[in-house]
Amino acid sequence: MRDLSAARQAPYVAASPLVRPLPPLTRLLLRGGSDALAAALAALGLPFTEAACRAVSQSDRSALWLGPDERLLLAPQQQLIELTELLREALAGRAHCLVDVSHRQCALEVSGPQAAVVLNCGCPLDLDAHAFPVGMCTRTVLAKAEIVLWRSGERSFHVEVWRSFAAYVSKVLALAARELSP
Amino acid sequence: MLLINCPYCGERPELEFVHGGQAHIARPGNPAECSDQQWAEYLYRRDNIKGVHAERWRHVHGCGRFFNALRDTTSDQFLATYKVGEQPPAQPRKATA
Amino acid sequence: MSHALRTASGGRINRSRTVRFTFDGRELSGFEGDTLASALLANGVHLVGRSFKYHRPRGVLSAGPEEPNALVQIRRDAARVTPNLRATEVELYEGLAAQSQNRWPSLQLDVGAVNSLLSPFIPAGFYYKTFMWPRRAWQWLYEPRIRAAAGLGRAPAQPDPDSYCNRFAHCDVLVVGAGPAGLAAAHAAAESGARVILCEEQPQLGGSLLSEQEPGEALGEGEWLARTIQGLMTHPRVTVLTRTTAFGYFPHNLLGLEQRLTEHLAQPDPRQPRERQWQVRARQVVLATGAIERPLVFPGNDRPGIMLAGAARSYLNRYGVLAGRRAVLVTASDEAYRSALDLHRAGATVAAIIDVRPQASGELAEAARRAGLPVHTATTVIGTSGRLRVKSIRIQKLDAQGRPEAAAERIVCDLVLMSGGHTPSVHLFSQSRGTLHWNEALQAFLPGQSPEKARCAGACRGIFSADAARRDGQSAGALAARDAGLAVGTVISAPRLLETDGAAAPGQLPQPAGRPAAKAFVDWQNDVTSRDLSLAAREGFRSIEHVKRYTTTGMATDQGKTSNLNALGIVARQMGKAIPEVGLTTFRMPYTPVTFGSFAGYSRGELFDPVRTTPIHDWAVRKAAVFEDVGLWKRARYFPRNGESMHAAVTRECRAVRSGCGLFDASTLGKIEVVGKDAVTFMNRLYTNGWTSLAVGRCRYGILLRDDGFIYDDGIVARIAEDRFHVTTTTGGAARVLAMMEDYLQTEWRDLGVWLTSTTEQWAVIAVQGPSARHVLEGLVQDADLSAAALPHMSVAPGRICGVPMRLFRVSFTGELGFEINVPADFGSAVWEAVYEAGQPHGIAPYGTEAMHVLRAEKGYIIVGQDTDGTVTPDDAGLAWAIGTRKPDFLGKRALERPAMRSPDRKQLVGLLSAEPHVVLEEGAQILPDARATPPTRPIGHVTSSYYSATLGRSIALALVRAGRKRMGQTLYVPAANGNLPVQVVSPVFYDPKGSRQNA
Repeated sequence: MRDLSAARQAPYVAASPLVRPLPPLTRLLLRGGSDALAAALAALGLPFTEAACRAVSQSDRSALWLGPDERLLLAPQQQLIELTELLREALAGRAHCLVDVSHRQCALEVSGPQAAVVLNCGCPLDLDAHAFPVGMCTRTVLAKAEIVLWRSGERSFHVEVWRSFAAYVSKVLALAARELSP
Repeated sequence: MLLINCPYCGERPELEFVHGGQAHIARPGNPAECSDQQWAEYLYRRDNIKGVHAERWRHVHGCGRFFNALRDTTSDQFLATYKVGEQPPAQPRKATA
Repeated sequence: MSHALRTASGGRINRSRTVRFTFDGRELSGFEGDTLASALLANGVHLVGRSFKYHRPRGVLSAGPEEPNALVQIRRDAARVTPNLRATEVELYEGLAAQSQNRWPSLQLDVGAVNSLLSPFIPAGFYYKTFMWPRRAWQWLYEPRIRAAAGLGRAPAQPDPDSYCNRFAHCDVLVVGAGPAGLAAAHAAAESGARVILCEEQPQLGGSLLSEQEPGEALGEGEWLARTIQGLMTHPRVTVLTRTTAFGYFPHNLLGLEQRLTEHLAQPDPRQPRERQWQVRARQVVLATGAIERPLVFPGNDRPGIMLAGAARSYLNRYGVLAGRRAVLVTASDEAYRSALDLHRAGATVAAIIDVRPQASGELAEAARRAGLPVHTATTVIGTSGRLRVKSIRIQKLDAQGRPEAAAERIVCDLVLMSGGHTPSVHLFSQSRGTLHWNEALQAFLPGQSPEKARCAGACRGIFSADAARRDGQSAGALAARDAGLAVGTVISAPRLLETDGAAAPGQLPQPAGRPAAKAFVDWQNDVTSRDLSLAAREGFRSIEHVKRYTTTGMATDQGKTSNLNALGIVARQMGKAIPEVGLTTFRMPYTPVTFGSFAGYSRGELFDPVRTTPIHDWAVRKAAVFEDVGLWKRARYFPRNGESMHAAVTRECRAVRSGCGLFDASTLGKIEVVGKDAVTFMNRLYTNGWTSLAVGRCRYGILLRDDGFIYDDGIVARIAEDRFHVTTTTGGAARVLAMMEDYLQTEWRDLGVWLTSTTEQWAVIAVQGPSARHVLEGLVQDADLSAAALPHMSVAPGRICGVPMRLFRVSFTGELGFEINVPADFGSAVWEAVYEAGQPHGIAPYGTEAMHVLRAEKGYIIVGQDTDGTVTPDDAGLAWAIGTRKPDFLGKRALERPAMRSPDRKQLVGLLSAEPHVVLEEGAQILPDARATPPTRPIGHVTSSYYSATLGRSIALALVRAGRKRMGQTLYVPAANGNLPVQVVSPVFYDPKGSRQNA
């Protein structure tokens, strides 16, 4: 019998100078009260904060605040089973919801001195470094699509987008990037 | 495009929100006990206020939370936003400024 | 051609760079820095257009965005033709090709000018009064003809080849307008540490200062200007946008800006966007939008060569152009004397200064007298002459009561300057819902309070002199920065308001009584005269908004920038009211016209909307599938082989499913993971069905109603664990069902421990349907038992397929033995291909949505939104069995109790068989009870789904029919082209009613 467990095919992403697709990730959507969230993050070695729109990271794991009872957990692709087990133990007896959304969305990185300007061609948020500092994350919109925007560095943004919108989002960003460096 | 103060995320552009109609209309606890008239009122009767209106919004492209807002329909200025389950704050005398 | 009217020196043009251009095909030249209008005037061309209604010859009236006359069409190529551009704002570039508008055959000889002779017969409201009957003729006769005769430029027939872009921006202080007030405001705000955006519609910063003589005559203005501009351009927190119009003020300090990126270039890079539309959210806004000079209303005031006094001064000082050699100034204010003085100094003859006021004793009037210019006070204008250019003006002395005295005098001239004072540009302020109040001394509306965080500075709030405006701007900029939360140094106090230049009241100049005057224009662009306005008032229009619509004054693309106040003055006088009592019409965006392209921005062509595709999309493309749009999704509709028709392909695909095996991409189905200890309670409250008894590993068809009792969505729900449901929704319903669930969970049932997660895109869904489905999968599936005993119809099991984890559903939307394989989406395409390959020995065929529709209709399965329309209850759809009647409550339960919802006469879902088996009924066709019924008649239902069924060898249809289930076996009628077609009412289940095939 054929083994297709390595036959992943990522969604199409339009290439452009400021935008690159990021490799597949483990993505777990965690919902629950503060106690459950804190326990889960502790199990992953991440600090817990209730501060809105803030991501916490430790080595290759991150937890993005998406709502008061909602965190998007990101980790390398091969950690899916390991993390799921870890969290199951940590969350035993605590009301929560854990759903694997690794394939629901994909990630792009927008980077460079013009990264914020390129994003502002479709994203209505103030991306000035004071208004949207490194470590800030939120769901928002880019043109006609929803994204999760996370400022991963002074000049780099991690963009999560549902897979069927990846082509659209990357094409809008490519168009915006072209307009800045024709 | 309005600027809406999400009680969780702070001020965000209207593009991230959907409007959810009039606020503080609770679904009757025991619908079977409602008369047809009462049920129709619950389903369909809404205020059409010129002035301060309590309305629901959802930060759908943000934290996903529903919340309530007091908005002056004549000026589009928000007087307050508050979480579901909270009482509307006391209204200032005048909505302008 | 030489620049006959160019001065020897001066101006802000670059005299070393000649720019060639054409106007109506005539080759002309100007200098770099010219506008089309200044270049035309330098060549002695005043006649630039024909008026909208009467086709009267018209010239350049202004030197700015308020221009109502000099509208031209600019052509770059067949697709790049822009009509209705103001020549006063069109920057000259090498090879610019401009055309005048609204004339035939030529500008000099325009046949349409016959309208002018008919004008006594076409007063205000003429169209409404005359073309009344027959009403339908408006559509095909009157309106097209009127539009053809009275028009502006022509839009190009080709698609716009240019690109447009959008930008969101934020700042502490947005300053609109870069005249003395705006520059000072931006500078002061930036000095306070504010993030500043300064936008200016002109290509250069400076505003009115650019129209002063060079170098800045007073107070070192030239030096200040250069220094301030330099400071702003190099400031790291300041963004300066030129060629950028703030066209609209939207709630909560959002302003729309239109930036023209390539319009001024001779050879724009085609990859460069043409325009960028900015949406700027500012903490504070400073409006420094200046003022617009008011024309005067007198008979014959629209001839070429008659222009605003300030415009002539701009042409002279900024562009080095004499608008004429023998000028007459007609004024109702002091300020305009500057124009006469400057023209005189530049060598033109000022034949007369006509001041309608009883006295002119200001400093400037005295200067004019000292210069020897003849000043006639208490004098009015009663007419002008000259067909294509003004030749003379007729004046008449006014007596002490302001009435014209007997003797008229004629003065020969080739240029008439007029000025009724200045109207502050309060457009944006008013759009911010700011209040306006009438200032008697200035004879103008001035800004009051705005609910937005906006303040005005300079001429737009009646502070006209450059020096005072500068101080006002500096103060406003510093205060704006302070209010934006920034530390502020010293705030100088704003100058006191109101430096009146003694402007007279707006309205018409006094005219001799009883004598029908020639037309005195109020609104140049829409050809509205003072007589039209008086007529409207006499006919009983009392609201200025109604007068506006009746006469069309202020309704042209210039939005009445030059006309509104004069119109108001005339109407007020006719009504015997004061101007503020009559009130103002609403200021609307856009301030000047904005291209559709910039509103569309990136949203055109393939980016008009997101195009959502599934992981299997590329495979379907390779198999030459024909796609259809379902919401934003592209779904394969059918897979034609070797040039098959749709009918042939669908027939073949249906046969494959019924006799062997079909493969269907169901990935777009909405999926929601409902998780939590109260998940089953939540499902019980939400869906009509009972869920408590649903065992883990089993599925159930669920119906979701709104609380009004009507079907909202449906889908298969699987219980994955005690506290976990895998809920599917319709493709189009995915987002709204999730939103509805969240709504109840967050606002009504906050006590429930349940969370919802959209998993629509986590899973690729591969439906394998048909008698051979089990055989196809047998060799691929691991860790799951496919047997009917282990995995019966309506069940779900975890497992793996080709090593990939899956959720395997045993479900069927076709009526055949069926499976739906859910695999993580990145594996979708590989697993699909593996199944396709494994199915080859079984004749597997991919099928599309069309075959899916036929197959489900044969089984009588509804599609929400096609067989339902928001007024259908479960019982109407024959789904009463899916209602958990023992449950105390669920969404819609109470509404279903209403008598009307239980009426036996409701429309119910039935099957229809047409008497002619090969005739496929029209979906949406009405159903009549009587063969002889002809319209108007009352239909008793309509066809909701209709197909040709290859399996049954005939057409089938589903329909909603009043009391349909009582009519089984009856013959009803469907109107068709050749009479009413008989149809028989049958059960909606056409195929395998016992369901033995899907249970196999």
